[in-house]
Amino acid sequence: MAVAEQGSRAATAQPEQPAQVQQAPAPAERRVRIRQVSRDGVLSVVGSAASSLALTWVLYERILSLNGALGFWVSWYVIFLLMYTAVAALQWDARIVRDRVASVAFGTGGLLVCAVVFSVIVYVAVRGWRAFVNAGFFAHTMATTGPLSPLGSGGVLHAVVGTLEQLGLATLFAVPLGIASAIFLSEVGGFLARPVRVLVEAMTSLPDIIAGLFVLAFVILTLGVQESGFAAALALTVTMMPIVARGSEAVLRIVPAMLREASYALGASQWRTVWNVILPTARSGLATVVVLGMARGIGETAPILLTAGYAQGMNANPLHGWQTSLVTYIFNEHSVPHPNDQVRTFGAALTLVVLVLILFITARWLGGGKPGELSRRDRRRIAREAARP
Amino acid sequence: MSTEVLTPAAPASADQPRRVSTSVSAGDRVFRGAMRAAGLAVLALTGMILAFLLIQGVSAFRQAGISFFSSQSFTPTASKFGIASLLVNGIIVAVIALVIAIPVAVATALYISEYAPRRLRRPLITLIDLMAAIPSIVVALWGLYFLMGRAVGLQTWLARHLGFIPFLKVNGDLSVPSTLVGSPFITGVVVAILVIPIVTSLCREIFSQAPQAEREGAYALGATRWGMVRSVVLPFGRSGIIGSGMLGMGRALGDAVVISFLASPIATINPHILQSGANGIPFAILLDRNNGPKWLAALMAAGVVLFALTLVINILGAVATGRSRSGLVTV
Repeated sequence: MAVAEQGSRAATAQPEQPAQVQQAPAPAERRVRIRQVSRDGVLSVVGSAASSLALTWVLYERILSLNGALGFWVSWYVIFLLMYTAVAALQWDARIVRDRVASVAFGTGGLLVCAVVFSVIVYVAVRGWRAFVNAGFFAHTMATTGPLSPLGSGGVLHAVVGTLEQLGLATLFAVPLGIASAIFLSEVGGFLARPVRVLVEAMTSLPDIIAGLFVLAFVILTLGVQESGFAAALALTVTMMPIVARGSEAVLRIVPAMLREASYALGASQWRTVWNVILPTARSGLATVVVLGMARGIGETAPILLTAGYAQGMNANPLHGWQTSLVTYIFNEHSVPHPNDQVRTFGAALTLVVLVLILFITARWLGGGKPGELSRRDRRRIAREAARP
Repeated sequence: MSTEVLTPAAPASADQPRRVSTSVSAGDRVFRGAMRAAGLAVLALTGMILAFLLIQGVSAFRQAGISFFSSQSFTPTASKFGIASLLVNGIIVAVIALVIAIPVAVATALYISEYAPRRLRRPLITLIDLMAAIPSIVVALWGLYFLMGRAVGLQTWLARHLGFIPFLKVNGDLSVPSTLVGSPFITGVVVAILVIPIVTSLCREIFSQAPQAEREGAYALGATRWGMVRSVVLPFGRSGIIGSGMLGMGRALGDAVVISFLASPIATINPHILQSGANGIPFAILLDRNNGPKWLAALMAAGVVLFALTLVINILGAVATGRSRSGLVTV
């Protein structure tokens, strides 16, 4: 409205004194902001959300007397969409209504995903908090803890040690292999690159239990290695390697070709180019990929259940004997129906979630920056090296 | 033109690209060989998985013969094992998971790539990555203790009012929760939570590559945002949606932990999705892994079937998503 008024005023003013208008300093160009959020739009969404919530509550709890939270929210959502469509139809024409309803539906999709993630994390935190804050929880193993022992006696020390050792070994195996095959895909190539790329993509969502079964069939039954943390690490390697390879390839692909060409133009050989130009350029991206791969690997359950065995006490040697990890701890402890064991189950689950979150924050901290983008530390290092005589 | 003046006697011949011959140094040859070996390790690994599962499971195949695929009873100690019920029950759960996951994932992906404000985009992508990294066993705990009880009401309502649809029918007393808990439905709902992040991140990647010029063209022709999405982004991403759905299917078929926490195991095909009783090959592997060599052989054979099935589905999915992802040109 305001814009239209101004426009019309300018239009009427112009013919009267054209000279003056031209002399006046040109008004600074204002960027037209396309407003996505308008008062009507927001109020329509909020209003239909609130009224459909009220209507659902009356129908669901009072008139029809149904129960269950899931049913409540599903019916609320259906009523909300209908009500929003009606509210929108009162104000706008059919084309706009379709647009608005679609954007609300997509937005609620995103909201649902957020809600699920937070719900899982908060629920586990609430149920496991009592064990998690117990000082002994990270200092004890389950060696002397029976089903009737108090909460203070058992802990997850052995499981944390097992998880970290298995994950560390798996990272040690999977990362070089994964990055090397990513280099193969993006730098070396050849007629085999296409099938390998498709296979890597397919392997990233392969059933994780197959990895366990494979290690069981090959390493344990054929080679005769005992069930141990090492076998579990091998199984984790099988699941993590494609994840690292796929992510690394995506990172290496966006290294600017200019750098590669400059390196070749200076007479560098291919491995020199990869080692001194491409990998350092992609370093922050690769680090993020590795840490995200570790975050995926730490929660793999099925392969470890098949390969690591289960011990009540501490076993810090991954090469010999059964070794417990957090996931097998949760799996076994959850089947004990005693309340304290339930709390310990959730305490271990919370520990696992916290480890995943730590890995995530590390990944964000390491970068995820564009290739070649220098962090403050990099810039300082370069300045230092340049200053050196 | 000037060349004509300078060399009038030269025969007019088409320009020919000069052949560049570079000698690959020894270091490079070693490097390329090593990287190629790492790439081939993926191929070798796939082959080895298949080979070793077959070696361990071949006795079961031989013993059961064709009944391995047709029989519903899986009791290897009685020398009777067929994976028909495991396979079909697993597919039922996976299909339920996909029916829930794909619309949610596509909606979320569209929201992130097309609708979300710019400063919200990165955090949302991180959130999806985080969702993919939440351990399946934690999701399973949440599903069992938090969601299952809250879903019984919905299941009762569906069974009571839509029970005339064959697969929503429930045989048994609806007022007792035990007829409804551990059903394929609730298992599928929780498996969907594992599938959503995979499908979302793949779809988002593909949607965000829809050509900018076509988007602007759609807007210039007066399309609303939904009109633009429908006429540009969705057609562009169609094969990506199908492909990521297939990769999600592979994930859903292979889930062992969620099913083992939520489902009440059943030995026959259960077509009533609201009724207690679900199963799957990974669940059986987890459940019976310590029952002795005869079981193990049968489980390995079942594993071969699972591996082959998911590998085929995933390869098709990877080819489909790869087709609509640009920048994947092989060197």
